[in-house]
Amino acid sequence: MEDKKTVLRKLFLSTLYLSAFTFGGGYVIVTLMKKKFVDQYHWIEENEMLDLVAIAQSAPGPIAVNGAIVVGYKLAGLLGVAVAILGTIIPPFVIIALVSVCYNAFRSNVIVGKMLEGMQAGVGAVIASVTYEMGAGIVQEKNVISLMIMAGAFLASCVFGVNVVFIVIVCGVLGALRTLAARKRSVQ
Amino acid sequence: MIYLQLFLSFLQIGAFSFGGGYAAMPLIQDQVVTLHGWLSMSEFTDLITISQMTPGPIAVNSATFVGIKIAGIPGALAATAGCILPSCIIVTVIAKLYLKYRNMAMLQGILNSLRPAVVAMIASAGISILISAFWGSKEAIAFGTTNWKLVVIFAISLVLLQKRKMNPIWVMVLAGVLNVAASAL
Repeated sequence: MEDKKTVLRKLFLSTLYLSAFTFGGGYVIVTLMKKKFVDQYHWIEENEMLDLVAIAQSAPGPIAVNGAIVVGYKLAGLLGVAVAILGTIIPPFVIIALVSVCYNAFRSNVIVGKMLEGMQAGVGAVIASVTYEMGAGIVQEKNVISLMIMAGAFLASCVFGVNVVFIVIVCGVLGALRTLAARKRSVQ
Repeated sequence: MIYLQLFLSFLQIGAFSFGGGYAAMPLIQDQVVTLHGWLSMSEFTDLITISQMTPGPIAVNSATFVGIKIAGIPGALAATAGCILPSCIIVTVIAKLYLKYRNMAMLQGILNSLRPAVVAMIASAGISILISAFWGSKEAIAFGTTNWKLVVIFAISLVLLQKRKMNPIWVMVLAGVLNVAASAL
């Protein structure tokens, strides 16, 4: 592996590049990270990268940021984390800063207003479609507890307006208990 | 102090959004629309739309957008810092533990129970967005006040996504163009 300065520079430029040109969210960007750091630079082994990706996907927070953190940490410790995070958040920060200036200037324009209004229906459809696919995946697992969690969380957030953070905490604790119970069963 | 408030709000979004992509959306809605009123529901929907069409995670995009609107660039920096701080700590700790012990069963177990809840919460946020698009607000739901143009555009978008597997970005652009065209008639 190259010396630390070169690694940090390449790490920064790679994360900057990936973050600026990856449309389609976290799952896409971690795949591209694997291509870059495993297949191209050979800095991380394939199996280890799979686990790092799993960590990035299961920890809270944006997956792209988490992916940058695990790769940065693995390659260059805390300094690597800082460099990879900067590379990852600079592009969206700059782009959205520019967009929000234009947004305030253009939102009152009639055509832009109608365009955005139509896009609200479009984004509603995108979310409906994503939810349908994710929900179908859960239903296919045929796990009663998962189905009950899904129904309960939906009622809590949509009908009763329960704070989302509270729902996340309750379901997380439930998951921890399920894991412990399963472990106990397998020991016996 | 507004910077601290932005920081703390986005800290919660960063700490409790599991699963990436749309998972942060219900939390952002809760903090930004419901609790603090920094954005209206329609501005929030615009933000989600813009996030879909630009690179970068929804949470980071929202932090920048809301921060700038409420308190300029320093506000955006405070919100973004809040949004990524939990990741920095939690992920670094997990990575450290993993590189040492290589065992992730507990994390996966927690995630297995969170996933159905996340789907449900995304559905709930999606419903708020549709209510905002079709009726303007929850209170205005009635047959007569329905924006039928948007209902039709929604139906067309859904068919293009599900049956034709069209790229979501193009579907949204098309939905916008359709509405402009329908309004010009």
